[in-house]
Amino acid sequence: MPTATFKVWRTDEKGGAFRDYSVAIVPGMVVLDAVHQIQATEAPDLAVRWNCKAGKCGSCSAEINGSPRLMCMTRLNSLPLDEPVTVEPMRAFPPIKDLVTDVSWNYRVKQSIKPFAAKKPDASDGTWRMRQADIDRVQEFRKCIECFLCQDVCHILRDHKMHDRFIGPRFLTYAAALEMNPIDAGDRLDDLKNHHGIGYCNITRCCTKVCPEHITITENAIIPLKERVVDRFYDPITRLLRVFRS
Amino acid sequence: MDFETHDYDVLVIGAGGAGLRAAIEASAAGVQVGLICKSLLGKAHTVMAEGGVAAALANVDDRDSWKVHFADTMRGGQYVNNWRMAELHAKEAPDRVRELEAWGAVFDRTADGRILQRNFGGHRYPRLAHVGDRTGLELIRTLQDEGVHRGIDVHMEFTVVSLLATDGRASGVVGYERERGRFKVFGASAVILATGGAGRAYKITSNSWEGTGDGHSLAYHAGAELLDMEFIQFHPTGMIWPPSVQGILVTEGVRGEGGILLNRDGRRFMFDDIPDAYRKQTADNEDEGWRYTQGDKNARRPPELLTRDHVARCIMREVRDGRGSPHGGVFLDIAWIKKRLANGEEHIRRKLPSMYHQFKELADIDITKEPMEVGPTTHYIMGGVRVDGDTQMSSVQGLFAAGECAAGINGANRLGGNSLSDLLVFGKRAGEHAAAFAREHRRVSIDTAAARAAADRALKPFEAGPGGGENPYAIQSALQEMMQALVGIVRNEDDMQRALQGLTALRTRVERAVVTGHREYNPGWHTSIDLGHLLTVSEAITRSAIERKESRGGHFREDFPEKDPRFAMFNVVTAKASDGSMQVRRVPLPAMPAELKQIIEDQK
Ligand SMILES: Cc1cc2nc3c(=O)[nH]c(=O)nc-3n(C[C@H](O)[C@H](O)[C@H](O)COP(=O)(O)OP(=O)(O)OC[C@H]3O[C@@H](n4cnc5c(N)ncnc54)[C@H](O)[C@@H]3O)c2cc1C
Ligand code: SF4
Ligand code: SF4
Ligand code: FES
Repeated sequence: MPTATFKVWRTDEKGGAFRDYSVAIVPGMVVLDAVHQIQATEAPDLAVRWNCKAGKCGSCSAEINGSPRLMCMTRLNSLPLDEPVTVEPMRAFPPIKDLVTDVSWNYRVKQSIKPFAAKKPDASDGTWRMRQADIDRVQEFRKCIECFLCQDVCHILRDHKMHDRFIGPRFLTYAAALEMNPIDAGDRLDDLKNHHGIGYCNITRCCTKVCPEHITITENAIIPLKERVVDRFYDPITRLLRVFRS
Repeated sequence: MDFETHDYDVLVIGAGGAGLRAAIEASAAGVQVGLICKSLLGKAHTVMAEGGVAAALANVDDRDSWKVHFADTMRGGQYVNNWRMAELHAKEAPDRVRELEAWGAVFDRTADGRILQRNFGGHRYPRLAHVGDRTGLELIRTLQDEGVHRGIDVHMEFTVVSLLATDGRASGVVGYERERGRFKVFGASAVILATGGAGRAYKITSNSWEGTGDGHSLAYHAGAELLDMEFIQFHPTGMIWPPSVQGILVTEGVRGEGGILLNRDGRRFMFDDIPDAYRKQTADNEDEGWRYTQGDKNARRPPELLTRDHVARCIMREVRDGRGSPHGGVFLDIAWIKKRLANGEEHIRRKLPSMYHQFKELADIDITKEPMEVGPTTHYIMGGVRVDGDTQMSSVQGLFAAGECAAGINGANRLGGNSLSDLLVFGKRAGEHAAAFAREHRRVSIDTAAARAAADRALKPFEAGPGGGENPYAIQSALQEMMQALVGIVRNEDDMQRALQGLTALRTRVERAVVTGHREYNPGWHTSIDLGHLLTVSEAITRSAIERKESRGGHFREDFPEKDPRFAMFNVVTAKASDGSMQVRRVPLPAMPAELKQIIEDQK
């Protein structure tokens, strides 16, 4: 049976290092299968997160040959196997063990975003009417599986470590899904500008490129939100109108 | 060992749809709620549900009503369901779905802007509210986002290893947090189990690593009864090729949208065997079947949308008789609808995006052009903790169960879409009644000796001496292979007796399991703990299956291939005897009220 070499990031009290493992290749195999094979044979204590093994839960995020991917959706036949495959944890989050990182910051950020607040029902039966065309975009954002790969790759978090000032692409997308929901009555523009750091995003599009759900994070979520923020806070006419209205 | 302890009025174990819905309800009732889950929040099995949530909203076909949904559920379950649960479920599901919309869920829409519903097997009318084929994600995300703003304490990546009970009253749980490997005790006035399924007892399954039947096993060992454990749903369409994706689910939504099943010879074999109970509702020609999937109200459903137990067995028959596909399944073809629909390709991609994605990326197959290869996969367990239909309380006072780990609503076979609605309806009920129970009953103190013993047991695999024992992964796969081979889709007495012997042997191996490394985030250790639960549920499944000497729903015995009316009169209950052995007994079904009987007659 053909084999491939995997360099997997292992940690101990002293720090971490890549360790080599030889893996037998089975047709159709994905990187997560290789990690499972290593667990079942050589290293039962190798720490990894996974649940669905079908790209639906967003648990198995890692950096494979240096790029942020889902391990369960990365086929071995898409990688050059004549050289070792490196598998390491997402680097933008604090390490816990081996491939597992501390992503709790993301949960705290989400909690800081104003929740969905439904408008009064607009139909006599106490429900809402929405046209499919009006919710297509919201549904695109709601495809998000919270794998946090976009957070991992965004330079504002990864390199500049501005976790206290910038919520990252995942949560800008989340805010966009709420803002664009036809029956939501909340208003998050002020927070986006003043607390969630939307201004820091300089549209490098790295987040969009890694999103396994193919959400067009920058064009469809971030840029329209930025425009709304600009309209509200910087457009002199809008500002004037607001002064008169209030 | 001193434990860090937490105390709650209501403690919910499991953060899938059932657990989250229960936690929201209990918290709305004003009590302190703790929520525990093995994975991160939002990753529970519910996230994987695809096809939809069943509720008689009657948005697409106004002939639908709770009565039709009730009758469909009972027929699908072959009349051994808990009728009270089936009734409540059918009546309350529409409100539970609308409520999700009020919490931010965004379902696909009808032309007039209401929640769209799709066809699914065994449902007479289009009934499944859905979001493409990622309905579970929508459901769990909505509940999660609603829940986190309600002051529920969430303990993620925490595994409960034992449920503590004192004098027949639940008192709390003991478990360990994965990151540090430390044990903690949670005391509570009421405990709700919402731990999901047990598919990991089998080799080929659509279930994630979490589906090891923990709740079933925890409840059983705490003295609660299990019900209907012989009824396992083998979903007819799992992926079978390449090997690495074996078991991953292909949603029934594919057939709902017009997908057809073909054997090696290109024959649409589902027309060859239509059960009498469904003959009146099933199309007898291809054209009528197609029209049904396209919303023609006068057409009857195609045979691909018969119940899952039946479709799975028809596939097994084709394979056994040598008419299967190259890798031992059959073909599922949705690409053919291009002959009927001008924009067929785009339609497939829009209605089944994650299936398109899944096959493209994992199997190099473009489902808009080629057929898929599919075969049965262990999917769902109808059996579970025996509960009161109204309150969801088990036979242990203060212990509740909801969702897949509870039993009753589905009888011998679950209809697709009836799980997500079950989670909502009975999750809510469990939360409400657990909160009421917690208000009325003082907490009982924790038996620390029992907690310590449970922790010691869980730590045992670290102590293996020189020469050591066996790797828990090897034992787990031996168990899965055995259950697949001996207590799978087609069962018989001899095989199942052998399985019981096999389980005894496995138990000895589990005693000698050894884990390497330390306690922090150690999946090998976790697997060794799962093994205990898997052994318990596997034994309960096997003993119950031996007890039911007939074929019904998900339970098929080649030595008793027919339904037997005498067996329609009772359920099989599993409980732990005072000597610690597992006992099964037959419990008569409660009498159904005349008006419900009448509904079933009217819908025949
Ligand atoms: C691929 C797939 C598609 C499906 N599609 C549909 C569909 O379209 N429609 C439908 O109605 N049904 C569908 N189902 C079935 C349905 O998804 C499940 O039955 C349902 O989600 C189970 O929900 P639950 O809340 O009971 O448990 P789960 O969602 O399984 O959650 C269980 C929770 O319990 C926790 N837990 C378990 N054990 C422990 C422990 N020892 N300690 C701490 N926490 C623990 C887990 O971490 C998890 O949080 C599908 C299932 C699969 C696998
Ligand atoms: S586009 Fe903005 S959010 Fe996305 S990676 Fe670049 S800076 Fe970060
Ligand atoms: S937006 Fe995409 S990359 Fe970011 S968390 Fe969601 S699914 Fe992952
Ligand atoms: S395991 Fe769920 S996305 Fe990879």
